[in-house]
Amino acid sequence: MHNLWKPLATGILALGAISAAEPAAAFCGFFVAKGDAKLFNEASKVVMVRDQDRTVITMVNDFQGEVKDFAMVIPAPTVLKREQIHVTENAIVDHLDAYTAPRLVEYHHADPCRRFEYERTLSLSGTQAPVAAQTGAIRRKSLGVKIEAEYTVGEYDILILSAKESDGLATWLTENDYRIPDGAAPVLGSYIKQGMKFFVAKVNLEEHAKSGNTFLRPLQIAFESEKFMLPIRLGTLNAKGKQDLLLWTLTRKGRVETANYRTVRMPTGNEIPTYVKEDFGPTYKAIYGEAVNREGGAAVMLEYAWDMGWCDPCAADPLSARELRELGVFWIKPQPENANQRVAPQAQDVSVTRLHARYDAESFPEDLRLIETGDRQNFQGRYVMRHPWKGDSQCPAAEKYRASLPERFETEAQTLARLTGWSLSEIRIAMRDAGAEPSGDDVGDWWKDLWKD
Amino acid sequence: MRGQISTIFADPRHGQICALSCLILLGMAVFAFEMPWWRPATAVVVALSVQAALGWAMGWRFDWRSPLITSLSLTLLFRSEGPDLVALAAGLAIASKTVLRIDGRHFVNPAAFAIVSLVLLFDGAWVSPGQWGAEGWAVIFAVGAGVAVTHGAHRLEVPLTFLVAWAVLSFGRALWLGDPMAIPMHQMSSGALVVFAFFMISDPMTAPWHPVARAVWVCLAAVIGFALQMSWIVTAGPLFGLVAVCWLVPILNRWFPAPRHRWRPIPFASPKKEQIHA
Repeated sequence: MHNLWKPLATGILALGAISAAEPAAAFCGFFVAKGDAKLFNEASKVVMVRDQDRTVITMVNDFQGEVKDFAMVIPAPTVLKREQIHVTENAIVDHLDAYTAPRLVEYHHADPCRRFEYERTLSLSGTQAPVAAQTGAIRRKSLGVKIEAEYTVGEYDILILSAKESDGLATWLTENDYRIPDGAAPVLGSYIKQGMKFFVAKVNLEEHAKSGNTFLRPLQIAFESEKFMLPIRLGTLNAKGKQDLLLWTLTRKGRVETANYRTVRMPTGNEIPTYVKEDFGPTYKAIYGEAVNREGGAAVMLEYAWDMGWCDPCAADPLSARELRELGVFWIKPQPENANQRVAPQAQDVSVTRLHARYDAESFPEDLRLIETGDRQNFQGRYVMRHPWKGDSQCPAAEKYRASLPERFETEAQTLARLTGWSLSEIRIAMRDAGAEPSGDDVGDWWKDLWKD
Repeated sequence: MRGQISTIFADPRHGQICALSCLILLGMAVFAFEMPWWRPATAVVVALSVQAALGWAMGWRFDWRSPLITSLSLTLLFRSEGPDLVALAAGLAIASKTVLRIDGRHFVNPAAFAIVSLVLLFDGAWVSPGQWGAEGWAVIFAVGAGVAVTHGAHRLEVPLTFLVAWAVLSFGRALWLGDPMAIPMHQMSSGALVVFAFFMISDPMTAPWHPVARAVWVCLAAVIGFALQMSWIVTAGPLFGLVAVCWLVPILNRWFPAPRHRWRPIPFASPKKEQIHA
């Protein structure tokens, strides 16, 4: 029986960026707006490279709002030198996103009367380019706030600020026409007392015009700190409701998890109806939302953990050594320009983890503390779609195959209902519309969904 | 029947074994802990085997309860990719009881010592303090079972002192930083902290015997653990704090003499039975 279900063709649909379907994305610090600009800060994309104390963070600015009003405040552990700050290309993070994305694997059943197979791999991935943003120069008016350093890096003007107390910093920001969110001062004060500095980035209009880009490129900082953590508290201040954080870590030992919140694996390997193929993005969002709800909203979800040398199935090729170095993987040796950029899979020595959190100040009151575990087992969020064979061959095996289909469709319907929290009746109806007849009967049991919530 | 049950639970170790087993099962079944079956199995088999072998070599009577408790509490907090490091941890835990002895008693918490040693020595070993979550039934169950077990062993004040000390530090830090109280509340509701307090530091055999010395010692473990954790050097601060203060136990027991702990009153104890390796 099992042989009959061998895939005739395999396709992989990857969710390039779950966040692409979300509202505007930002880093987990906060955006500071001038005037009354309405800003959104509901999804963040961050890549952290870490080995021992050495850390490189890449922050993607999918900033949407009035371009001239853009500004960003991030707590940083030290006063950074000019060489510790870098601007990279969005394409690299997009590639990492595509490589680690939850995937829909597609199988086509073979004719039960003949047995052969071939394989085909599709990859649908890609992220939306961020929208342009720019701003004027930061006014130099210090009110008990020390400007430790000032740089222009790429299209950004960057200040490293230190402050003795939160009111000074809050006043400085306010007097320089930045609207800081309510409740920012105590959070700033907490970071000040923990010895943190503040990294304030704005767009240098001239440099931005020179670059010819219509979007902002990701900012990167490299530093040494024993703290393996991601500050998220400032980010909760100006976000409406819960926001999403996609955090990739590139480490040497193994998978990364959170130390002060539960890290839970996404459901994976489930067989779901074929009709969701066109709507896999919304389907995955529902699966994610349901998984988060099951954990009471207080867990970080693991979407991918893999050795960065290969993938199976591949939603996108693994990152090249050049891309990894650009992201900050300092332990990989630079590749000569003309060399094959893909190094041997075993030689990568990079473990990638993709964590996805949906948080607000209530469910995630503390910053994320991270641990690098020794776990090198691979994990991927993977959903399986099996297209039934629809030929008209006649043989006992074909009869048996056809008879088995409604039961299988019903199982798929129930799986999808369980994963997404969607109505089972509606899933069955959608399946019937798509030509798959589940064995479950809805006639008379309309009440099943009535008090489900 | 009732009499039989109360006889069984007259020794608080039996209650502790039940509570630890339930926590492990709960973790496996309900809370999606990364708890493969081989982890408790390896820890239990290796701990019992090493205890039997050492007991045979040293001429001690074999007692299955102590190594079983050590292996189960090890399982609750220790993580590794494969069974080899679990086996090493279990072996080291039991061996530490034989090697690290002063005045005829072991004084280092075996499970904590093994976990900290392996985390420091091997990349493939780690502690997952977040996996217990920060609220819910696991924590409530751990508190309930922990209270029952430690009360039975007349050591309820140990976890309570530890948790109060940790709370003072946690809330004090939040007040100093101006943080919302939600942060120390979240830290205090950590399941791993509760498990540590009730099932690790509360071990009567490796705590000082005198109540005053014990209270000072527990507070010191909390301060060191908290400092290590908040300065971000380690993520499992309490375990490191406990191992840091273990070495003071023989000194404290000399400075503050008190009758040593017995799991059960042994009215007709012979000198030979004193050597039971508990």
